[in-house]
Amino acid sequence: MSQPEQKSNINWTVLFICWLLVSLSTSISIFFSSVMEFAPCVLCWYQRICLFPLVLILGAGLISFDKNVVKYSLPLAIAGWFVALYHTLLYSGIIPETMQPCSQGVSCTEEYIDLFGFITIPMLSLLSFSMVIALLLILQRRISR
Amino acid sequence: MKNALLAVASLALIFGFMFVSSWYKDYQAEKASFMAKENVSTFIREHSQTLGSDDAKVYIVEFMDPACETCAAFAPLVRQMMDANPGKIKLVLRYAPFHDGAEQFVTMLEAAKKQGKYWETLDIMFQSQPYWASHSNPQPQKLWEFLPKAGLDMERLKKDMNDPAIAQLIAQDLADAKTLSVRKTPGYFVNGRPLQEFGHRQLQELVQSELNAVYKK
Repeated sequence: MSQPEQKSNINWTVLFICWLLVSLSTSISIFFSSVMEFAPCVLCWYQRICLFPLVLILGAGLISFDKNVVKYSLPLAIAGWFVALYHTLLYSGIIPETMQPCSQGVSCTEEYIDLFGFITIPMLSLLSFSMVIALLLILQRRISR
Repeated sequence: MKNALLAVASLALIFGFMFVSSWYKDYQAEKASFMAKENVSTFIREHSQTLGSDDAKVYIVEFMDPACETCAAFAPLVRQMMDANPGKIKLVLRYAPFHDGAEQFVTMLEAAKKQGKYWETLDIMFQSQPYWASHSNPQPQKLWEFLPKAGLDMERLKKDMNDPAIAQLIAQDLADAKTLSVRKTPGYFVNGRPLQEFGHRQLQELVQSELNAVYKK
């Protein structure tokens, strides 16, 4: 296998892992809302708006590997990361609840799951967005090298 | 090769999702049926309004909200099934007032119960629902105009609505709804089995399967 071909294979794999991550996150998110019937709050929806399109954008970038894929996916991931960060802080009580935007309907601070005593849904979202951003940045560095 | 991997991964995710979903629903159903045996009071409380014969062996437990349109739409279906199987089905109504301001409608209903006009009042509520049950803007004063049709003493109703026992009963029902993972109304359990796929036909099938199981021909 030639050197450039191997390099492009690794790039593809990095993007593939990234795609798997967003697809899995999307599945889990839909599982929470449709199967377990947790109503998504406003902040959850903003994060979903950033997350769900990544499945298709990264997927399209994979089918015929597009070097520009980072350009289009990174802004979504960063926007989602900020909302997730805000949500996590709100959830853990670092930002007081009176500042939260949703007072009617579903509360953004109502706790639904609590894995191992500390993992919450916003935290999962933040983790997921962080990993996506890291992978996309790695990919960008490899491509531009 | 790469695209094949992508396709396989997509399929794996989709099938994985379907598998886990069906497993989760079965798990929930099992949990509810276990509770129906071990902890019947989660389904029926002392205060719960019931309809039908005490000898009935099929219990439909319905978590409902007077302001919920789907509850109103499903009410005739349940009555039909009860009429078609006289003496075999008992309906138990529980409250899950999830809509804004729905608790005051439940309070009116419970106050009407003290006058022995529960079902009449509920029928009037469901019939007039489009006039007062707007989601963003519930209007109890509009419902108030319809209630005399149920033959209620309105002065007494007003007094009875202040009974603190009503608020307690709503809180109890909401707590039970949470225990049973009822997050939407109407939420049905037939002899402890939850309605997994929501719909008219599905409810009919669930009731029929319980009828067949209990009343073997």
